Amino acid sequence: MKLHPAKLLLLQILVAVVALAIWQVGATVPIGGDYLLPEFFFSKPWDVLSRVVQLFVSGTIWKHLWITLTETVLAFVIGSAGGVVIGFWFARKPVVAAVFDPYVKMFNALPRVVLAPIFMLWLGLGIWSKVALGVTLVFFIVFFNVYQGVKEVSPVVLANARMMGMSERQLFRNVYWPSAMSWMFSSLHTAVGFALVGAVVGEYLGSSAGLGYLIHQAEGVFDVTGVFAGMFILAAFVLVIDWFVTRVERRLLVWRPQAASEEN
Amino acid sequence: MEIALRQPGREGPAPGAAPLAVALDDVSISFAVKGRPVFKAVAPTSLHVGDGEFVAIVGPTGCGKSTLLNATAGLLKPAGGRVAIFGEPLAGLNAKAGYLFQQDALMPWKTALDNVAIALEIGGARRADTLAQGRDWLARVGLARFTDRYPHELSGGQRKRVALAQVLVRDPKILLMDEPFGPLDAQTRQIMGTLLLRLWAQDRKAVMFVTHDLEEAIALSDRVVIMSAGPEARIIGNFPIDLARPRDTADIRLDPRFHQLHREIWNQLKAEVAKTYGEEMA
Repeated sequence: MKLHPAKLLLLQILVAVVALAIWQVGATVPIGGDYLLPEFFFSKPWDVLSRVVQLFVSGTIWKHLWITLTETVLAFVIGSAGGVVIGFWFARKPVVAAVFDPYVKMFNALPRVVLAPIFMLWLGLGIWSKVALGVTLVFFIVFFNVYQGVKEVSPVVLANARMMGMSERQLFRNVYWPSAMSWMFSSLHTAVGFALVGAVVGEYLGSSAGLGYLIHQAEGVFDVTGVFAGMFILAAFVLVIDWFVTRVERRLLVWRPQAASEEN
Repeated sequence: MEIALRQPGREGPAPGAAPLAVALDDVSISFAVKGRPVFKAVAPTSLHVGDGEFVAIVGPTGCGKSTLLNATAGLLKPAGGRVAIFGEPLAGLNAKAGYLFQQDALMPWKTALDNVAIALEIGGARRADTLAQGRDWLARVGLARFTDRYPHELSGGQRKRVALAQVLVRDPKILLMDEPFGPLDAQTRQIMGTLLLRLWAQDRKAVMFVTHDLEEAIALSDRVVIMSAGPEARIIGNFPIDLARPRDTADIRLDPRFHQLHREIWNQLKAEVAKTYGEEMA
């Protein structure tokens, strides 16, 4: 069954309205002398909204957004570059891959959050400790995808390219690279998401700026309104980045059948 | 008996004149699979293909037709015997041959035009030239309007046409075809066959065409070579096809001579097909 787009939008808005209404009523209307959602713990929708507006109007939010964005982009770029290089290297040199295999598995098994304090010790409270945390997350996603992409090149496409007379360099450019990139781009959403997680978690654990810092500060003084305001801004921020990534993906993977069917 | 069996494959054009396009002499092919005895796919076999000759290799599924083709292409090293291309021993990949694969071999990330143009580009040709020639070849295979399509936007038959253009644009002296029209439906196969013959007639390359479809083999080729069921497959029959050219692969099937040839060859192939299935059922 398919809903009419306008009807769907209406229902989607309805969900938000109902949720906000329950929140507002729970926080302001006492039921039998007790509030269902005490303002101290849950704040109020209107307060959160005015805090968000205030953050934007006063301009304080821009600095934090900028810091978080910078960390995310740096983590993504560095992690991806590392993942591509190492992924290619391992895929083309099975001996190297075999030697490093247990260590790759070990590092990947480690919950990356525990590395945050180490990075903070090594790199300080500035952006680089957050970038490092994001890199460790992004690296493995890109690494595994590139590795797979090189390994999974169709043997027929490869044989055909060889019969054409391609040299190793030409094979790299025309066959291995596009194949690896298609795998990497298919994990673009996850990789960017993890870069952001690294940045925000890093900020949360110790920093002087960024969205994670903002939320942590508000939490430290029991400013629930501030925490919710930070969360909403963060969610909106992720949606904007995700929209941007989708655009990039569609441009880069025009040759893939899925790209067409995902369009709606 | 042994000699009699090996003889058929050697009946190419008279030796001594121009060197043979492909000369496989006592070529055998084995596969080593870990933990199992060596699998002898093809017993020592000889096959000669003259320059400009269209040879079809027919045999039951899994008889090693494709491995023989891969050995000629240089993709597979034979366990024994000699492979000579235009009189010279083959070392590494066969640079004189173009290979049309059964499966999709186009680069999915390149448009039809780029897939054809790249075949020339790697030889160092100028991009403008490669694009011009690529367009020209796509037009020749009837895809002039589809140059900007990606492989997934084309039908199976159209993809085959692109692959054919990709192979022919390099102007190889030898054309190796491994059941190229196998995945296509019956009508498309006939159309592709006629297209292939038309393009081939323009400069008569040597062709080795592997198929399990006897009718297709007769309709296309100058000579049909029959291989026995594997393992240790051999060439067990060699039939010159004296049907007049140019041929239309659909119309030729109505020719009485076609039926006569078909009957003769089928009688020999039948026993081999029965053998393959007999062994599988046992």
